[in-house]
Amino acid sequence: MHELAICQSLIDQVEAIAHERQAVTVVSITIGLGALSGVEPQLLKHAYPVASADSIAKDAELLIDELPTRIRCTSCSTESDVPPNKLVCPECGEWRTTLISGDELLLMSVELQTAEPAVAQRDY
Amino acid sequence: MCNTCGCNITPGNEELIRPGGKLATTESGNEAVTVLHNLLHENDHMASHNREHFDAHNVLAINLMSSPGAGKTSLLEATIQQLDPDLRIAVIEGDLETENDAERIRKHGVKAIQIATGSACHLDAHMIHDALHNLDLSEYDVLFIENVGNLVCPASFDLGQHQNVALLSVPEGDDKPAKYPVMFRTADLVMISKTDLLPYLDDFNPERTRRYLQEIASTAPIIELSSKNGEGMSDWTAWIGQQVAERKRHLEAHPALSAHAHHTHDHEHEHEHQHIHSHAHSHHR
Repeated sequence: MHELAICQSLIDQVEAIAHERQAVTVVSITIGLGALSGVEPQLLKHAYPVASADSIAKDAELLIDELPTRIRCTSCSTESDVPPNKLVCPECGEWRTTLISGDELLLMSVELQTAEPAVAQRDY
Repeated sequence: MCNTCGCNITPGNEELIRPGGKLATTESGNEAVTVLHNLLHENDHMASHNREHFDAHNVLAINLMSSPGAGKTSLLEATIQQLDPDLRIAVIEGDLETENDAERIRKHGVKAIQIATGSACHLDAHMIHDALHNLDLSEYDVLFIENVGNLVCPASFDLGQHQNVALLSVPEGDDKPAKYPVMFRTADLVMISKTDLLPYLDDFNPERTRRYLQEIASTAPIIELSSKNGEGMSDWTAWIGQQVAERKRHLEAHPALSAHAHHTHDHEHEHEHQHIHSHAHSHHR
């Protein structure tokens, strides 16, 4: 169950951001997960209430974007979406491929409710 | 992955964060903060710090991963017997409970530190960092980290190692790379262990393992080995020797790596401890 450890690390990061922005509450958290990250979206969702209890993010909605496993063929350069345990080029059968998406484990964005009038978009 | 050059933006997520994408705006007037941090940012930061320690002392760190009972400790025992005696070895053992594995290693006169993870299913970079406080790295050339027996969780946590080795023992079946692609994709070397059992378990076909590894685009070399009858041991010790030599060449070519680590060590260290401290503090509030 390393999802709990990952969830705790997520809450730490979100708390730091919320603190820096002087947020009142965290409305939602969006994370990007690839199948090759080794993290199960469902387990992460189950771990979230445990990890976020007593934190500013305890009522936040956890949104998980499951990202496709995508490879580029080193032989024919085709890019394809493939199953996570079959990283073989479906076009030409070449197995020497490069993973271009699918191992992400990213905190992508946080939606905060701040006391002051909201700022539309800022880069962190 | 770093958080400065945009390499976190992959074809899988770029459409989400492009202007007008669903992460760029929020309907209810709340503040949307784009982050794009790896969730294991803190672990990865600590792992880089560990790697600096290793590089500063010319230590090659090898992370051994497998399911429980694949023969990691037996492999280490055989390795101690057969590795070039000029290479000084230390071992960090990770298990949920007991000092058993560390004691097995110590019987061979080799320094072993046991990490008992309690209920944690993997080692993380902070546990390794704590263990390094009990290890004078200047006395060693190769550090083996025997991870918790588990084909799932350890794959997600960088410890600061230079090489990942995944063991797959013959009784487990030849299709493990297809079942656990995340683990086997991280491996720089795959070892098929307990090959002395091949005559009895004839449904295990090493060729099939090879094919499954290709299907996850793994270019890792494969060694078939039995720590019991010694088959493949010379390939393994030769591979270690080769990694040590390559590491030395790399550090000689980039003297700043080890020099820099020496120079910044104290500062970095202080920073880390402060960091940990302030975290502990915020949890207590």
